Amino acid sequence: MTSFLTYTFKNLPSTSKWALISSIRPLSCSSQLRAAADVQTKSKKTLAKPSVRNIVVVDGVRTPFLLSGTSYKDLMPHDLARAALLGLLHQTSVPKDVVDYIIVGTVIQEVKTSNVAREAALGAGFSDKTPAHTVTMACISSNQAMTTGVGLIASGQCDVVVAGGIELMSDVPIRHSRKMRKMMLDLNKAKTLGQRLSLISKFRLNFLSPELPAVAEFSTSETMGHSADRLAAAFAVSRLEQDEYALRSHRLAKKAQEEGLLSDIVPFKVPGKDTVTQDNGIRPSSLEQMAKLKPAFIKPYGTVTAANSSFLTDGASAVLIMAEEKALAMGYKPKAYLRDFVYVSQDPKDQLLLGPTYATPKVLEKAGLTLNDIDAFEFHEAFSGQILANLKAMDSDWFAQNYMNRKAKVGVPPLEKFNNWGGSLSLGHPFGATGCRLVMAAANRLRKEGGQYGLVAACAAGGQVCPRSSIGASRKSFSWKQTHP
Amino acid sequence: MLKMVASRVIGSLGRFTASRTLRCPGYVCRNFAGSSALLSRTHINYGVKGDVAVIRINSPNSKVNTLDQELHSEFLEVMNEVWSSDQIRSVVLISSKPGCFIAGADINMLNACKTSQEVTQISQEAHRTFEKLEKSTKPIVAAISGSCLGGGLELAISCQYRIATKDKKTVLGSPEVLLGLLPGAGGTQRLPKMVGVPAAFDMMLTGRNIRADRAKKMGLVDQLVEPLGPGLKPPEERTIEYLEEVAITFAKGLADKKISPKRDKGLVEKLTSYAMSIPFVRQQIYRKVEEKVRKQTKGLYPAPLKIIDVVRTGIEQGNDAGYLSESQKFGELAMTKESKALMGLYHGQTLCKKNKFGAPQKEVQRLAILGAGLMGAGIAQVSVDKGLKTILKDATLGALGRGQQQVFKGLNDKVKKKAITSFERDSIFSNLTGQLDYQGFERADMVIEAVFEDLSLKHRVLKEVEAVIPDYCIFASNTSALPISEIATVSKRPEKVIGMHYFSPVDKMQLLEIITTDKTSKDTTASAVAVGLKQGKVIIVVKDGPGFYTTRCLAPMMSEVIRILQEGVDPKKLDSLTTSFGFPVGAATLVDEVGVDVAKHVAEDLGKTFGDRFAGGNIELLKQMVSRGFLGRKSGKGFYIYQEGVKSKNLNSDMDSILASLKLAPHPEVSSDEDIQYRLVTRFVNEAVLCLQEGILATPAEGDIGAVFGLGFPPCLGGPFRFVDLYGAQKIVDRLRKYEAAYGKQFTPCQLLLDHASSPNKRFYQ
Repeated sequence: MTSFLTYTFKNLPSTSKWALISSIRPLSCSSQLRAAADVQTKSKKTLAKPSVRNIVVVDGVRTPFLLSGTSYKDLMPHDLARAALLGLLHQTSVPKDVVDYIIVGTVIQEVKTSNVAREAALGAGFSDKTPAHTVTMACISSNQAMTTGVGLIASGQCDVVVAGGIELMSDVPIRHSRKMRKMMLDLNKAKTLGQRLSLISKFRLNFLSPELPAVAEFSTSETMGHSADRLAAAFAVSRLEQDEYALRSHRLAKKAQEEGLLSDIVPFKVPGKDTVTQDNGIRPSSLEQMAKLKPAFIKPYGTVTAANSSFLTDGASAVLIMAEEKALAMGYKPKAYLRDFVYVSQDPKDQLLLGPTYATPKVLEKAGLTLNDIDAFEFHEAFSGQILANLKAMDSDWFAQNYMNRKAKVGVPPLEKFNNWGGSLSLGHPFGATGCRLVMAAANRLRKEGGQYGLVAACAAGGQVCPRSSIGASRKSFSWKQTHP
Repeated sequence: MLKMVASRVIGSLGRFTASRTLRCPGYVCRNFAGSSALLSRTHINYGVKGDVAVIRINSPNSKVNTLDQELHSEFLEVMNEVWSSDQIRSVVLISSKPGCFIAGADINMLNACKTSQEVTQISQEAHRTFEKLEKSTKPIVAAISGSCLGGGLELAISCQYRIATKDKKTVLGSPEVLLGLLPGAGGTQRLPKMVGVPAAFDMMLTGRNIRADRAKKMGLVDQLVEPLGPGLKPPEERTIEYLEEVAITFAKGLADKKISPKRDKGLVEKLTSYAMSIPFVRQQIYRKVEEKVRKQTKGLYPAPLKIIDVVRTGIEQGNDAGYLSESQKFGELAMTKESKALMGLYHGQTLCKKNKFGAPQKEVQRLAILGAGLMGAGIAQVSVDKGLKTILKDATLGALGRGQQQVFKGLNDKVKKKAITSFERDSIFSNLTGQLDYQGFERADMVIEAVFEDLSLKHRVLKEVEAVIPDYCIFASNTSALPISEIATVSKRPEKVIGMHYFSPVDKMQLLEIITTDKTSKDTTASAVAVGLKQGKVIIVVKDGPGFYTTRCLAPMMSEVIRILQEGVDPKKLDSLTTSFGFPVGAATLVDEVGVDVAKHVAEDLGKTFGDRFAGGNIELLKQMVSRGFLGRKSGKGFYIYQEGVKSKNLNSDMDSILASLKLAPHPEVSSDEDIQYRLVTRFVNEAVLCLQEGILATPAEGDIGAVFGLGFPPCLGGPFRFVDLYGAQKIVDRLRKYEAAYGKQFTPCQLLLDHASSPNKRFYQ
């Protein structure tokens, strides 16, 4: 496979170059048109790369994000993922047989549907000839699904990829203890009654105690909320600051919901229940009420509370990604161009949630942009404390010099461009599905608010029960190029 | 290879270094002069935040804070200001040093005292200050980060509230007993009230360090603060600042009576404290604890018994009597020989934890070990867990596998004890590469060979290794008796050859004996010491010679052991005589543990070199044991019979015929119990002093550390040299002369010992 690829590249340099130029042209001239039409647009800058295909997001959708244990509680994960895929099919009217590949991210896997991507795709009526796989990378699992798709398209393997994410925290796999499992497996193999009896005689009552999905980082045994509280303390983020930021998130989400800006939501008729049309975790409260809450992790003096953390959420999302020429040929007006992305990882103990700080300057440099060029920031809000700690870290020369090996800080994204339609704190955070939501929020904001570039960042951080992958705080970010209407 | 199990039993001494970061057993020796009186308050910086006074302790020019007289008086002065200020309602007491709250009282302060009365006065002074703290109407919060030991702990438990960082560096403890003392600043009275009598006894009698999370469970601290990672300041700095912030909120809460300093007790705790209110139960506990202590110390250590006595006085007769008894007994203990011996060991250990050869030119980062046996694997274990990339090479897959398993098991045992996590175990174990060939040796910085003790094998290995290693690579030989210079004869670069004599089990025994030849370069020595220190060892550096220092001292004593057995003393009797003298392991058991074949090997080797002086017992005894397969514990039979899972040891009855055939007639005039003990010890001591005389040893301190930590010489005697000083050289010479009369040359005192006997002012330690 690999040698074949190399061969293709080596032998068709001129062809591919030519193909690229042609694909860039419509983009650049349209930008000029737009610049003429809209004075607010910044100087024209194309992020297209000479040797890479342009890749676009045609559109994306998500189910409403619900608090765990509410309307979705009787579903299985693939049911919810199927709803997102069906919504995407409906929204884009893409012919099923055009889709080359399907990738879905998830964190806590239902053991019956370990390749949830495939189960959901089959159920949604995609061709059984379309391969599908599932990826996991903690809270950036659907980002990984998208970038895997980008890789497939960029390398010429595919033209059309559906990427999505799913998390159903209403139900999690709870296992028998290892001792019980071992006994059951041994019993299976036992041939004689004597062997069976001797195995059963070893049974002890404590074998029955169940094993819950780990709530802690495997490498450090520390829960996410605990880590967030320490991070907030390390950057001296006060409880009040955290509550204020959480309140902002809820207020902006409420406003966006009321104004109908959350247009990526597709209604979902839950079998046996009413149709769900909107997120149900948006609850703007007051600072006084929030101040009454007790710390959730570091008791009794910590600062992270239920009100300034993201909550356990059920939800699914999906986006349709294509090679630009394919999308244009099919008559789509892409919502966004996917340009650069970068994953980074750090110490899983003390810097678990600091990924955005590390990745932002890197991806900007890669794209040749500065913080000022970005019109829409969409950062995943695991905890208020985490977001604010990242903002303080990005604003610190000391931190940049001592921990990032950089000469100076990257700077702070202006808040007026930051998560303007709410974030994970208010909309909810279904671990596997958040990445696609962030991308669509950035794309939709650029279209609505006017702007050229978007930046998406997420720490691989979850709510209180996110089992962490061993890479710890890896995170990615996208640069977006907004297409003209 | 010499396999010493000694310190498994002198566990308490091992805890001298239990605190990995700071080796301060509650007392600290500061060798710099105190700062002048010109600057007021050199130890304490004091500020007010709102209505909370924040008192920061920071002893100048030192890594640790020491509770000495200057600090004490400055602290009292500041507290008086605080108490008289209307503005201040509560106090936070914190250290500015990240790794240390207060590591203990000043050991020199005690050493300077001439009489027990002086020491008692020091204790009473502390009592007065701490009582004021305890009765303070303005709540005092001790914010603890780093070691809080001895006097530091006693200060902390006089405060109204304690908050500690949940850090590996934060340890609390009362290690005074390890120095032959008792907690003299109210600890014996306050600890039982705070954590209950049984837990308090455990802390004070073992001297163990208690980690913060455990301290919280015991009720020794009230709140924990998690250490922070990097933020806008370095982690340690910010963590201290955070600790202070948290402590201030609690101080305010206490002053406002929003927080109660009283702790909710669990059911078990309530039941225990109820039980302790019954006098009969208390009497039983005192009795039990005392019995246990007597059994373990054989009555050789006075401090534990006095601790029990003082605690009991306080509980039964009230506070006044308790504190008075504490300060008196503290004074008495400070004047005991045992205490002086143990303090001497502490000083010696501090010395042997330093690299007096300076920093090596090239830091050893990649280590290769030849031979995956007990020793090789043990060396690998203490290397990988310090981050050294280590190759473990053996000739066969089976032997290699056993070695790898030994390393894994050692690490896994730490997981079971919750000292490390399973994840840490895995990443530590990844530092180990097991292999059968010399791949990667071309990048090794140091090779330690731990192959079988056979000169020709060692020569072969040395030549093979030198063919593949880089020029800068050091070749270290782990041997217990083969002279390093003989091993080095086949080397192309003898300046890079050195001896590193580890003791088995390597992960438990603290001593490393480093042996230099005339040709060994100083940089090679510096490297070897640096590696040993990294491995957590206490190091003595000795000159090359047959048996070096440790094996050479042990050999004559072992010879005497055999003679005593030949004279018809039962191995069990011999064991009890040696343990009651203070050796952690009985002499006969020691032979079994070392391995009879090894003992024979060493005895033959050294016997040839040293001749008559090492004679005494008939080596035929060991030879016959070896030929019958009685190799000691490893073969299941030696003087005793060893069975898996059976704790009580039975004598090996097959030994009777061997012993009978080699029977010697005892000399009644030197065969009393005491004489038997002294025959063993004086031969040991005489040989040790001879090693110093011949320049094998550089200092008496190293001799003492080597004997106690490597061979289990009674810690209460402080090592052979301290023993000579405290017991009197003349008395030892007299003993030797008496035995010389019976047995001849083996007991002839060496010249240096005679010199010391003839001039009573001459001492090994001034």
